Amino acid sequence: MDKSMDIKKRNEMYNNYVQAKIPKTKAWPSLFYSFLVGGIICCIGQGINDLILLWFPNMAEQSAWAYTLIVLIFIASFLTGIGVYDKIGKFAGGGSIVPITGFSNSITSPALEYKHEGIIYGICVKMFTIAGPVIVSGVVASFIVGLIYLFI
Amino acid sequence: MYTNQTVIFKNKPVIIGSYSIVGPKEWKGNFGPYFNYVMKDDCFGEKSYEKAEMKMLKTAIVGAIEDAKIKASDVNLLLSGDLLNQIISSSYAARDFDFAFLGLFGACSTMAESMAVAASIIDGKEFDTIVCSTGSHFSTAERQFRFPLELGNQRPPTSQWTVTGAGACVISSKGVGPRITMATFGKVIDFGVNDVNDMGAAMAPAAMDTMLAHFRDTKTTPDDYDLIVTGDLGKLGSEILIDLMEDQGIKLGLNYNDCGQMYYTRNQNTFSGGSGCGCSATVLNSFIMKKLRSGEYKKVLFMPTGALMSTTATQQGETIPGVCHAIVLECDESVKNIKISQTSNRNVKNKKEEKTNRTSISKSNEKNIKSNRLN
Repeated sequence: MDKSMDIKKRNEMYNNYVQAKIPKTKAWPSLFYSFLVGGIICCIGQGINDLILLWFPNMAEQSAWAYTLIVLIFIASFLTGIGVYDKIGKFAGGGSIVPITGFSNSITSPALEYKHEGIIYGICVKMFTIAGPVIVSGVVASFIVGLIYLFI
Repeated sequence: MYTNQTVIFKNKPVIIGSYSIVGPKEWKGNFGPYFNYVMKDDCFGEKSYEKAEMKMLKTAIVGAIEDAKIKASDVNLLLSGDLLNQIISSSYAARDFDFAFLGLFGACSTMAESMAVAASIIDGKEFDTIVCSTGSHFSTAERQFRFPLELGNQRPPTSQWTVTGAGACVISSKGVGPRITMATFGKVIDFGVNDVNDMGAAMAPAAMDTMLAHFRDTKTTPDDYDLIVTGDLGKLGSEILIDLMEDQGIKLGLNYNDCGQMYYTRNQNTFSGGSGCGCSATVLNSFIMKKLRSGEYKKVLFMPTGALMSTTATQQGETIPGVCHAIVLECDESVKNIKISQTSNRNVKNKKEEKTNRTSISKSNEKNIKSNRLN
């Protein structure tokens, strides 16, 4: 009993020491770059949306949004495929993860990674390893919102 | 003869051949000019990175046997290990050879583990010639332990870069070359670190434990060695080790360094440094072996560390245990008495020496290495 307490104390002291020693990520530059890149991605999205509305004046605004998302998802998948998106991600952090382009990247990258294991066991099975939790939480959240909507 | 954890070899097995193979990023690092063979790309002409790792190990084993100037039929046993599940790279590489195979897993400490086991077997005169090898590949390790390569995420500053490379050496009871004189087998040590991005901190206590055991068992001090080198603690881990040893009353001087910390140059964006089986294996079988053969290093304590973790265990909330095995390498008697002008300077920071060496050697070597490429 005594010994296990000793080990616990030792581990706690060691972990505290390590935490103090670890070089910290600089918060302000990271925040700046992520807002910069995230903002640029949003501007590109808005630009695409405006162009769609310009070229197809009869389109409803809501379907223009859907087409914008599809174009953004395609661009991000394409950039992932040619190995550019991970470089943007390294630089931007959350800025390129939070927009829908990050979601696209998180589905394309495992699909590329596991293509050698075959189409079904590789691509299809592993495709959602990273995006899976996002989809699950989205479905659960919409379910809860639906329930609330039903009773109000 | 043994004392607690340390075996002191009577017959002093000889390392008669060694070979190292690395990827292009490693070649651009500090040890670039010393490697035997550089791959053109990470795929090495194979369809997947796993297959590339197998081919790398095979190339290293064949290269070491050639370097030893023996026939493949003279080899009794192959000791090998790697980072992948079920050590597939090693076992699949071994199926193409016509000698017995023992698979080992010591994570990144596999090089010292295999050499210590091989030396023990040879010292007991059970087998005569044993090949030790290990390797790792950045892309396979990333897939196994972290995220897909193309995922746009950021690495924390404590993270390390898995070395793409493999090293192999041939150990024999007779011949000329550096000798293995002692081996300290390490215990598994866990100080409760559970951050998978901070392997240095998880493994440093194991390095401390083995180092203390080694100095205690052999009655040596850090000053007895020209070079004390850990495997892949990285920048952070080696700083922690220095602190831990100081707490124990042993001061590690300038003759201490870490392969991972020295591996890459500052602008290669590897944060804490190199890691993986290939890190210590390629440095030992290129740089350290060359210096031992020339007599520039007379006595080297080589002690790579390994983090014995799996993603399953860490996801279930387990901490990361570490292990460290140490071997002592001494240069051959014949070169021991050769005086080298740099002897007095040899303890000066390796890294600086590396850089100056590199600038002068790399240009002339560039052509040689390029012509060495097989494909």
